[in-house]
Amino acid sequence: MKILTLLSFFTAYTLTASVNIEDSAGQFFSSGHTNNWAVLVCTSRFWFNYRHVANTLSVYRSVKRLGIPDSHIVLMLADDMACNHRNPKPATVFSHKNMELNVYGDDVEVDYRGYEVTVENFLRVLTGRLPPSTPRSKRLLSDDRSNILIYLTGHGGNGFLKFQDSEEISNVELADAFEQMWQKRRYNELLFIIDTCQGASMYERFYSPNLMALASSQVGEDSLSHQPDLAIGVHLMDRYTFYLLEFLEDIHPASKTNMNDLFKVCPKSQCVSTPGHRTDLFLRDPGSVLITDFFGSVRKIEITMETINLTDPIKQMEENSGNDVQTENNTYVDQLPVSEIIHQKPKQRDWHPPDGFILGLWTLILLVFFKTYGVKHLKHVF
Amino acid sequence: MMVGMERNQYDAECFLLYYLFSSERRRGKLAALSIAAMVILVGVPLWWKTTQTYRAWLPVAQINELAKLQLQLSADVEVVFARGTATPEQQKKVPVTQTQDEDHAVDEADLSLHRLSESPCGSLVIYVIPESSSLLPENVNVYIGQRRTALLRIGAQMKVGKTLKQLLAHLEPRVKQILQVMSFSHNDITAALSDRVRFSPDNKESIADSMRAFKSSPGYEITFSLLNPDPKSHRLHWDIEGAVQTYIQPLLTKLSPVANFSLDSQILYYAMLGVNPRYDSSRSAYILNADSLAHVINPVEARLGSNAASSNPVLNFLLYVPDAHHSPLYIHDHKKREVQTNAFHSPRWGGIMVYNVNGFYQTGTNFPVDVNINMAKVMGVFLAQLRLLLGVQSTAPPSSFQVAPCGSSGLADWELDRLMWSRSVENVATATTTITSLAQLLDQIGNIVINDNIAQQVSSAVTSLQLAVAELEVGNLGFALQYSKEAILASEKAFFDPSLLHLLYFPDDQKFAIYIPLFLPMCVPILLSLLKIVSEVRQRRREKQAKKD
Repeated sequence: MKILTLLSFFTAYTLTASVNIEDSAGQFFSSGHTNNWAVLVCTSRFWFNYRHVANTLSVYRSVKRLGIPDSHIVLMLADDMACNHRNPKPATVFSHKNMELNVYGDDVEVDYRGYEVTVENFLRVLTGRLPPSTPRSKRLLSDDRSNILIYLTGHGGNGFLKFQDSEEISNVELADAFEQMWQKRRYNELLFIIDTCQGASMYERFYSPNLMALASSQVGEDSLSHQPDLAIGVHLMDRYTFYLLEFLEDIHPASKTNMNDLFKVCPKSQCVSTPGHRTDLFLRDPGSVLITDFFGSVRKIEITMETINLTDPIKQMEENSGNDVQTENNTYVDQLPVSEIIHQKPKQRDWHPPDGFILGLWTLILLVFFKTYGVKHLKHVF
Repeated sequence: MMVGMERNQYDAECFLLYYLFSSERRRGKLAALSIAAMVILVGVPLWWKTTQTYRAWLPVAQINELAKLQLQLSADVEVVFARGTATPEQQKKVPVTQTQDEDHAVDEADLSLHRLSESPCGSLVIYVIPESSSLLPENVNVYIGQRRTALLRIGAQMKVGKTLKQLLAHLEPRVKQILQVMSFSHNDITAALSDRVRFSPDNKESIADSMRAFKSSPGYEITFSLLNPDPKSHRLHWDIEGAVQTYIQPLLTKLSPVANFSLDSQILYYAMLGVNPRYDSSRSAYILNADSLAHVINPVEARLGSNAASSNPVLNFLLYVPDAHHSPLYIHDHKKREVQTNAFHSPRWGGIMVYNVNGFYQTGTNFPVDVNINMAKVMGVFLAQLRLLLGVQSTAPPSSFQVAPCGSSGLADWELDRLMWSRSVENVATATTTITSLAQLLDQIGNIVINDNIAQQVSSAVTSLQLAVAELEVGNLGFALQYSKEAILASEKAFFDPSLLHLLYFPDDQKFAIYIPLFLPMCVPILLSLLKIVSEVRQRRREKQAKKD
C-alpha cells in the first residue's frame, strides 16, 4: 500500500512534467510513441472453446485493419479451430451467428500455435528471453517508444489464467513480467485487455508505470458467452469481445475516439458481468489517449527538408579479377535409389534358434504327451 | 503363608517386568532422541542444501557503486593563436606554436591547418584569428571545418584587453559555444541519458530529435526498396549497387566504430501507396498533403519483409515511382507548399521519396518506357534522411557560425565525434541500468538459478563499464566507445539469457500443500515421543523433589 502511494506521488510529479512537454510538443508528438505492437493470446484448446479462438481472431482482424502489420503482431492460438475435425465449415472461424463474418480470412499469420502456447513461451515473449535461434516473427522487438496492446482470453479464476488446461499463470507473475519489461524500457505505454471469468483479478497486482488495463468481469463474476450457432454447434464469441468488436468496426485509422469510449463498451445490461478498468498507473489522462494509439499504427511523419549534393559519378563495380576460390561442382547424392528398390529381391533372413516362447511351447507339448502315454514310450523316441 | 509367597513372587515378577520395561523404555527414549537428532542435525541441513537453487556470485557491491553513475566527460581542446591576435605580453605567457597564411580561401586554410596537427577523435583544435582577417565574411565569427578544426575570430585588441587573464576571459565563452556545437552540450547528454533521467526539454525540436533517431544498437539493417506500381508503363533501371558503393558505403565505413551495418535492396512491383492523391488542376499535378502521408506507410510495410535471422533495427528507404495515370506526384507540407526534395521520413522507421519520371518521355510513346533513375539525386535525399535517422544531425548552430558542407563521405569528423560522445554516454547509461535491474531482479526473486556464464557476463560487463567511465574521464573517445559497446553486449547477453525465467513462483499455501504430506507423518511421532520424554523427565524431577521433602 505504501509503495502504491509513493508510486502515485511519483506519477503525479511526472504527470506535471509531462503535461508541460505535451503543451510545448503539440498534438503531433503528444503520444510519445513511434510504433505499435500487439500480443494476442488465446489460451484454451478443445472444440468447445471455439469462442476463445474467435475472440482472438476478431481482435487480430481489427488490429490489422487499423494498420498494425503482421511483423508487429505476435498471435498465439492454443488450438486450431479452422481445421478442426469437428468444424462443419473447414478453414473458417465465424464470429457471428448466421456465419456473417469469417474472421479467419486468408492472410492469418499465427506465430505460436497449438502446444507452443505455454506460460513459459508467453513470459519469454514478453520479457524477451528467447533462445537465440528464435526467428524474428516470434519475437516482441519493441523499444522504449512502442505502444503495446496485450489481449488475453480463455478460462480464468481469481488471480490466475489457465493455459492449455494444464498450467496457470498467476497475476503476480504477470505483474513481474511487466515490471521487467519496464526495467528494460520495452514499452512506452501498454494496454492490457483480458476477457475471462474474474478477469479484474489479473490486473490487481500491476505496479509498473504506464499500464492501462481493461477486464470483462470483476472478481467473483463470470464472463458469459454471446450466442451459440446451431449449425456449428458451439458458442461463437464472448459477450465482451463481441461488443468490443462492434465498437472497433466503427474506428478507422484517422478517427479521434478516445479511451473513455472504450471503457463504456459492454455495460452490465449487455454483458451481464461488470467490465472493469484500471488507469491509475497510466500517466496520461485516458480522455486524451486515442484508440488508434494502441489498436492502430499511425506513423509520425516529418518532411525531409535537406538534401546532400552528391557530385561524384557512380563508380563502376570492377569485376572480380579471377576466381580466388575454386568453385567445386557439387552434386546431390542419389536420394532415392529407385532402381534398387524396384528390382529388390527379398532379403534372406538369417536363421535364429527358436525363441523362448517356442521352446516353452514344445516342452509343454512333450510333457503332456509323456504324461498321458507314460515315460516308457520314451525309448521309442530315442 | 501361601499368599505371602505368591505375593513375593508377584512382587518379584513385577519388579522384573518393571526392570525390563524400564530398560526398554530407556532404549525407546534413546531411539526417539537419536531419531530426532538425526532429523534435526542431518535431515534438515540436507533438505535445505538440496532444495537450494544454484546462484553464482555476482559483484553486487560494484554494481551498486556503478548505479550512482557519475560521469565526467572531458574533451581536449587545443587553442592556437594566430599572428596578430595576442599582444607580445600575452604571447610571453602563452606558448607560441605556429603561424598560418591568410591569403587562401577559408576551406583551403582549414585543410592545410588540419594537416598541421592531426587531432585524435574526441579532441578539437581551435585557431584564433584576428578581427581584421579576411578569411571569414563579415557577420560570421566562427567557421567549423570538415575535420576537427574551427576558426574563431577574436574581438579587437582594444576590447579584449592587455593581460592574459582578460584574453582568456574573452575567449572562454566563445570556446565553450564552439564545444557545445562540435562535441556535446548539456541537452545532448541529457537526451542520451533519457532512460534514467526524466527528460523535460524546453523546445519541440529536442523532443522530435530524441524520438527520431534510433536507439544505440550494435548493428543496423538498411534496406533500399524500389516500388514500381505500374510495370506496364515504366521499365525502371537503377544502379543500386554502384550507388550504394559510391555514396552510402563511405558514410557507413566512417561510422563503423559506432555500429555494424548490413545493406540490402529489393524491387517491389504492383505496390501501391494506399492513399489516393488529389488532382490539382492549377499545377496539373497530383498532390499528397502532409496529413495523408501518415497512412502511406502501413499498407506498404506488410510487403517489405526483413531479415528473419537478426533482431537489429531496420531502416527502410523507399523510392516510389508513381504510375503513369498519377504522374507527376508532388508532396505538400503543412503549409501547402511544395517540398523541394519530394520526400518524407518517419521517426525510427525510414524514409520515402517520390520520383517523378513523366519528364523523361513524351506522351504517346510506346509503353513500357525504359527509365534510368538518377541515383545521385536519390541518394542525396536518402543520405540526408539516413543522417537524421542515425542521430548525426543536431540542433542548428547559432547564427554567427558557418559550418562547412560535410563532404563526399556525408559526415564531418566532428559530427562523428559528436555521435560517438552521445552514443558512449547512452551505452554506458543503458548498460548500467540493465545491470542494476538484473541485480535487483535476481535479488528479489529468490528461486532463479544463476548460472556461471551469467555471472561471468555480469562481471565482464561491470569491468567494461568501469573502463569506459575511466576513458570518458580522460577523454579517449575511441576507447570509451569500444568499452561501452562491450559493456552493452555483455549486459544484454546476461539480462536476456533464456535461463533466467522466474517461473518458480509458488504462493505460500502451495508450498505448505507440498511439504505437509511429506513431512507431517514423519514428524508427528518424533514430536510426540520427544514431548513424552520431556514430560516424563519433568515428572521424575517433581517426584525427586517430593521425595526430598
